[in-house]
Amino acid sequence: MEDGYTPLVAIAGMALVTLLLRTGGYLIMGRIPLTGRVRRGLEALPGAIIIATILPVALRGGIVAIVGLSVAAVAMAVIRKDLVAVLLGVGAAALLRSYGF
Amino acid sequence: MSADPPPITWAGCLIGMRLTLPVLPGITAFSMAFGALAMQKGLSLGDTMLMSGLVFAGAAQMVAMEIWHEPLTLPVVVAICGVCGAINLRLVLMGAALRPWFGSSSARTVYPSLGLMTDANWVIALRYHAEGGNDRGIFLGSGLLLWVVWTAATVPAHLFGALLRDPRAIALDLVMPIFFVAMLVPMWKGLRQAVPWLVSGLVATATSQLLPGYWFILTGAIAGSFAGALMPPADPAARIIGPAGHGAEPCPGDEPGNLGDEPGRRGDQPGNPGDRPGNPGDQPGKGA
Repeated sequence: MEDGYTPLVAIAGMALVTLLLRTGGYLIMGRIPLTGRVRRGLEALPGAIIIATILPVALRGGIVAIVGLSVAAVAMAVIRKDLVAVLLGVGAAALLRSYGF
Repeated sequence: MSADPPPITWAGCLIGMRLTLPVLPGITAFSMAFGALAMQKGLSLGDTMLMSGLVFAGAAQMVAMEIWHEPLTLPVVVAICGVCGAINLRLVLMGAALRPWFGSSSARTVYPSLGLMTDANWVIALRYHAEGGNDRGIFLGSGLLLWVVWTAATVPAHLFGALLRDPRAIALDLVMPIFFVAMLVPMWKGLRQAVPWLVSGLVATATSQLLPGYWFILTGAIAGSFAGALMPPADPAARIIGPAGHGAEPCPGDEPGNLGDEPGRRGDQPGNPGDRPGNPGDQPGKGA
């Protein structure tokens, strides 16, 4: 390695940034009074985060992602077993990929 | 805060670990894919494990590896940290979402557990809480198990090379989204959630068309949260998350059976008299 930093510097930087983000949101919300309105916002947050994560993935990922996510959702609604739902969803997506989708 | 803080028990940790099992195969394989990529980029085994152990964020580590190249000049290091931060910004919102539940606990026990917060244990814990559970051990136990597996699984991949040449071929890139969907289904409690979910979905989709990267998670989630905040306080039975720190919750530590049971009691929250419209604090995650 010529004149670069050691990997430890980059790793420490990534770790520090991530730690600040992990604790920051919780910390900030401790400084804000939990009024009814704030509480309703926070209560809507988990579902909103999940939807915001998966919907663009489904649309960007095309038919493979849509089928995988749909299979998992239906499996979960019908049998209510996480493991089965995940395995079926990932399995369906992998199967489609193996056929070149 | 005056409410009894939610308990944190060993039994809860064990339940959290058990609830994590469905994602472990995917996490293991994803970690191995990371280990193989890190080896190709010239990281030592020690550095690879250190990164997995300290950063503990799969997508951010993968993308950091994409832009990782020797020599690690200052601009390269800044870019790596910046990308890592951008992908992990959602952690700010995820932490904020835990405040109503964890808020009455001592900082001494909350912050170390937040260090282990990642998508899987966050969603597992919130689903458990949505169904009436109150034990923070679920979050901690699940996080610990994920951390151990994530860090350990980089080793064989690094030692034996690219066991997984193409993680996409077995749809590993879809494991977390698929797990999220599986967790979301039981969280559905009624039409009241439809508004924030719809707003979140629309804004996230629009953002993903307009901006590269992962900004859609932030914009969608914040918009959905605002929609939830702006809705009138309505019957508490439709809440995703129960009120924080209500001591009336029985300790679920020895009661694993409450997942998949009835949505259960969380109807003890009358309307919120202290509701101030236009409160400037309505912006969870604006610190992002």
